[in-house]
Amino acid sequence: MSEKRFVKDRLRRSMMFVPGNNPGMIRDAYIYGSDSIMFDLEDSVSIGEKDTARFLVYNALMDLKYGSKELVVRINDLSSGLGIKDLEAIIRAGVHVVRLPKTETAQDVIDCEREIERIEKEIGIPVGSTGMMAAIESAAGVLNAYEIAHASDRLIGIALGAEDYVTDLKTTRSDGSELFFARSMILQAARTAGIAALDTVYSDVNNEEGFLAEVDIIKKLGFDGKSVINPRQIEPLHKAFMPSEKDLAKARATVEAIEEAKARGSGVVALNGKMIDKPVEIRARRMLALAELASNFTVEEV
Amino acid sequence: MSELNLSAIHGIDEINFHGEFAGSRAKNHETFQNRMNTNGKVVASIEEAIKASGLKDGMTVSFHHHFRNGDYIVNMVMDAIAKLGIKDIVVAASSLQAIHSPLIEHIKNGVVKRIETSGLRGKLAEEVSHGLMDTPVVFRSHGGRAAAIAAGELHIDVAFLGAPSCDAYGNANGFSRVEGHTTNCGSLGYAMVDAQYADKVVILTDCLVDYPNTPCAIPENNVDYVVKVDSIGDPKGIMSGATRYSKDPKELLIAQMTAEVVQASGYFYDGFSMQMGSGGASLAACRYIREKMIEQNIKCSYALGGITGQITSMLEEGLIGKVLDVQSFDLIAAESLKNNFYHQQISGEDYASYANKGAATHQLDFVILSALEVDTDFNVNVVTGSDGIVMGAIGGHPDAAAGASLTIIVGPLCRGRIPTIVEKVTTVTTPGSVVDVVVTEQGIAVNPARPEIRERLVAAGLPVFDIKQLQERAYRIVGTPEPIQFKDKVIGLVMYRDNTVIDVVREIDEYDYNA
Repeated sequence: MSEKRFVKDRLRRSMMFVPGNNPGMIRDAYIYGSDSIMFDLEDSVSIGEKDTARFLVYNALMDLKYGSKELVVRINDLSSGLGIKDLEAIIRAGVHVVRLPKTETAQDVIDCEREIERIEKEIGIPVGSTGMMAAIESAAGVLNAYEIAHASDRLIGIALGAEDYVTDLKTTRSDGSELFFARSMILQAARTAGIAALDTVYSDVNNEEGFLAEVDIIKKLGFDGKSVINPRQIEPLHKAFMPSEKDLAKARATVEAIEEAKARGSGVVALNGKMIDKPVEIRARRMLALAELASNFTVEEV
Repeated sequence: MSELNLSAIHGIDEINFHGEFAGSRAKNHETFQNRMNTNGKVVASIEEAIKASGLKDGMTVSFHHHFRNGDYIVNMVMDAIAKLGIKDIVVAASSLQAIHSPLIEHIKNGVVKRIETSGLRGKLAEEVSHGLMDTPVVFRSHGGRAAAIAAGELHIDVAFLGAPSCDAYGNANGFSRVEGHTTNCGSLGYAMVDAQYADKVVILTDCLVDYPNTPCAIPENNVDYVVKVDSIGDPKGIMSGATRYSKDPKELLIAQMTAEVVQASGYFYDGFSMQMGSGGASLAACRYIREKMIEQNIKCSYALGGITGQITSMLEEGLIGKVLDVQSFDLIAAESLKNNFYHQQISGEDYASYANKGAATHQLDFVILSALEVDTDFNVNVVTGSDGIVMGAIGGHPDAAAGASLTIIVGPLCRGRIPTIVEKVTTVTTPGSVVDVVVTEQGIAVNPARPEIRERLVAAGLPVFDIKQLQERAYRIVGTPEPIQFKDKVIGLVMYRDNTVIDVVREIDEYDYNA
């Protein structure tokens, strides 16, 4: 592995929220097959338990093995004073990606990056080892999404935090129309920066139908994936992101035709009389890569 | 004409024409209605039934556990026995629950001398583990108990059997057809054995119904006395309305993986047979197996065992052909037993005895069972907790495990800080030789005795590890447990299903941190 603890371009269909003060869930977090695990030190931890949670997450990152999972920690707001303490602990423990809550401006990212850099220097690891992602949870943040997405090379993605956002908009969550603008902004911003676009949580864990309807929307928009608050949401989410057998067969045929044309030295590739251009090839290859990475039971020897 | 040779006909010594044998039952000229009004075998109270049964010091009484933790029968009868001054009784229950803690006093007062049961829970279990009794408790599996009773190894003098319905002549059943009756328990499978073999049988019911209360679990020819009591148990403790599928993501993950194991094992084909334990993960496996059955158009010939609403709804869907029910786990199952001809109750002997001419466990393709602990030799413990204290019951675990062609044990790798996969189980209740596959959320282990199963699971892309690897992973996460500190005194004998001693449970010692 390179000196970087994070990989910019990887599968991020699911990012599972794990409350930082719940030892049982921290211990088991890797068994549910999510692509990323996000230990939360922020909203799911009450003010009286901030120290405990930080201590637990620090030790989990130090001692437990999570296989190939991307390990993210959501820190507290820097302005609260807790965020710095969080950073001091989790960077020492080797976190892959720091998730900033409630990001409103590019300056928020820059401020946090400065602290990360200071700690990296202090503990003697290469500057730039630690990744970042920013959660956008307000109207201001959404309007600044482009600047935020471009604010640091460490950013692996930006995410929508819908609960605070709809409150800011003076609306509530419903069929998704209330989030359409924010999602579109975040998606365009992420794509221009070449980073991941991640959707918000769906909190009604017993409503699988509603969850899947939301997954359908974000998949069509082009999101890389979604945050999940219950392991039970992971499988249906991955299933929804899994291309159909029909699409896979077409993608395989496309790639085969390209490989064959290359072998022949031909520049023009056609399949069933239709020309295959570059976007078609990219989509086909992306789909096959996704299908290969997605398997039912990913119990690793950790 | 030659002389008749009567010696060839057993039972007829001579031919004479002096009329009917003096011992014949006198002809009764009363109307059926009148006979019913004379109340048949009904006696006025539990005390009267005890007196009439001839119960004496040192005898054995038996009970069933179909009322689970709602049972009032054991406590009512034992109080009456105590009041009559009878001592040194052996209590042979098919199982005992937390509600039976009043037995502690009866043990201390010399009313109860010895206990035979499938398991113990609550305060009684704790006291027994701390050396309450002079003679060890004998723990038997449901099949083992049935076999021991049939063989006379466990002789029952008087069986006191609660029944949610019974007529005046003793036809007793686990449900009442009276609308709105609240103490139904469904199958009376374990009680059927006691009724058949006990010297005297007393039925206690809260619902005396018209004769004949048929079809029924216990027929009148087994029954000596009937007692009408106000209540046989607390409906809330007897059974829940519907067993719900687990929502615990870890249990669901285990269940899902278990269904994959079943599918890949070679025992999932059109016409297969199965049994599921009542634990969260094994019950949830039912749901995923159901999905696979529908997808692949596969049907199950029969489902056996403790029966839940999940199983009976599959019966109604036509996915299961027949249900053999030794114990109903919820009201939906009890309703189904009442109404569905293809859902029948069977006795504990027909369910799981090793010694008779045939038991349904022996025709199982697979069984899915839970465990408190599994060790690296695949031995299973379902009786003692990781603290060494008795907390569970053997149930039909070793019977189904030994009977089924494929035995799958399911459970989390760790429960809180306690590893489930351990180096040595605290108590062996089911030997590793009859356990084939262990499924945890962190991977699957296959008994080396079944290399073909391992091969199939690996070929299906399932995460198969050596059981040692799983145990080491568990210890790495939660640490190596300190050994439990026991005294020398044996407080329990754990019988295998063939009624040989497979392990003993010792008295727990006060934990010494400096030891």
